[in-house]
Amino acid sequence: MKHAFLDQYSYGDSLVHRLDPRVKLVATLGFILAVTATPPAAWPTFLVLLLMTLGLIWAARLSLVVGLRRSLIFVPFTLVVALSIPFTTAGEPLFRFRLLSWPLTITDQGLLLFWAVVFRAWLSVLAAGLLISTTHFVELLLAMKSLGVPKAIVSVISFMYRYIFVLVDEAMRLSMARDSRSADPDGRGGGTLLWRARVLGGMISTLFLRSYERSERIYSAMLARGFTGEIRTLEDTSLQHTDLITLAAFLTLLVTVEAMAYLYW
Amino acid sequence: MGPIVIEIDNLVYTYPDGQQALKGVNLRVWEGEKVAIIGPNGAGKTTLLLHLNGILNGDGMVRVMGTEVRGRHLGAIRAKVGMVFQDPDDQLFSPTVFEDVAFGPLHSGLPEEEVRRRVRRALAQVGMEGFENRMPHHLSLGERKRIAIATVLSMDPAILVLDEPSSELDPRSRRSLIQLLERLPQTMLVASHDMRLVRDLCPRTVIMDEGRIVADGPTGRLLADAELLVRHGLEPP
Repeated sequence: MKHAFLDQYSYGDSLVHRLDPRVKLVATLGFILAVTATPPAAWPTFLVLLLMTLGLIWAARLSLVVGLRRSLIFVPFTLVVALSIPFTTAGEPLFRFRLLSWPLTITDQGLLLFWAVVFRAWLSVLAAGLLISTTHFVELLLAMKSLGVPKAIVSVISFMYRYIFVLVDEAMRLSMARDSRSADPDGRGGGTLLWRARVLGGMISTLFLRSYERSERIYSAMLARGFTGEIRTLEDTSLQHTDLITLAAFLTLLVTVEAMAYLYW
Repeated sequence: MGPIVIEIDNLVYTYPDGQQALKGVNLRVWEGEKVAIIGPNGAGKTTLLLHLNGILNGDGMVRVMGTEVRGRHLGAIRAKVGMVFQDPDDQLFSPTVFEDVAFGPLHSGLPEEEVRRRVRRALAQVGMEGFENRMPHHLSLGERKRIAIATVLSMDPAILVLDEPSSELDPRSRRSLIQLLERLPQTMLVASHDMRLVRDLCPRTVIMDEGRIVADGPTGRLLADAELLVRHGLEPP
């Protein structure tokens, strides 16, 4: 089975696609750092950072709609994590109410921080999305390696990328097998919720066991080809001047934007 | 006949759960031979193959090209014995074809130029030139099987060990795989249920059943003995 969902955009061609992956990785990390460091009240800075990202998405000839829709997938997770912030941050009370006889107070500082945390998370996801949509995963792995990320970690990510497709296939086969036996001749089938949950639990443990056994076979295949525990790879290429200049310009821009944020707010 | 390259004496292997998979296997293979191992599921074919480069270690003696398959010899043995696993998804674990074919040579500590040369040559041998930057999950099963063979050919092995090389292949991929294996000069040990592959590729056949070798001889004679085949859970081609 073919899976295009993970790397369908990274084959595009634009100035952003052609940048050295190391530059893009460092620039993205720098951007996320800047987003995180921006003071909650500095909304013009947030706006500038957002416009920068949207501008790059446009320059990479990616679909803005797809980019925004993909980045929104992560917002619910952020909301759950940030939900307590408006109630727990010190500041001027805005609302008071009781939830099951539990007194709750929303403060102005809390609301501002809540808004900033959600927006920061969303911007970071948008930037990370831009990175993986313009950089091939294999290049990203090489970039991590040459930037000094430990080889063991790069290998783990590389295995994850290699086998996520195999796992998705396996999960799809399992659910196809379940669905083809889920007959419902008189419209009263389906079973209880508990029973269906148990079936799903069984499928998940099957998937886990198969993955575990596969990992043992993969390890045998590695041993058979002389693996001794040390991860070896070929040396990588050197950076171009234009790539370095682009990176320097981008990081300078970020530092300027942040410096202004700290001066005015 | 050339020198003996594989010697197995009274090999016994018991899985950790107590199940005895090999109950005293004896086998000699001479240089350049292509030997098929056939037998029902659970006969111990894969278990036997995994002993040839020391992935499993049973009791008894296994020698490859005069060296015992044990401890400190394993590195040298694994350079001589190329093992091709049944499921190419187990064998191809790198994000690109190039990295997978380069894995063995890199681990033998070869210089970069030699690694690149070996990868080019191995891919040419299996007819997959130009696939270096492709990703295994975007290839067909037939293509992945060929790449899996290239990942061991790049190590310049003297012996090729293949577990079910033709399983799940369509007739055309199967035919071209058999032709590819016929062309390779290495000594070969092939475990298979595919009687036509056995007939076309291997002059000698070994039948295994319940952890033992129950017959060993010219393929034509064994495959013509329908009674023998049926007795051991097989059928004539």
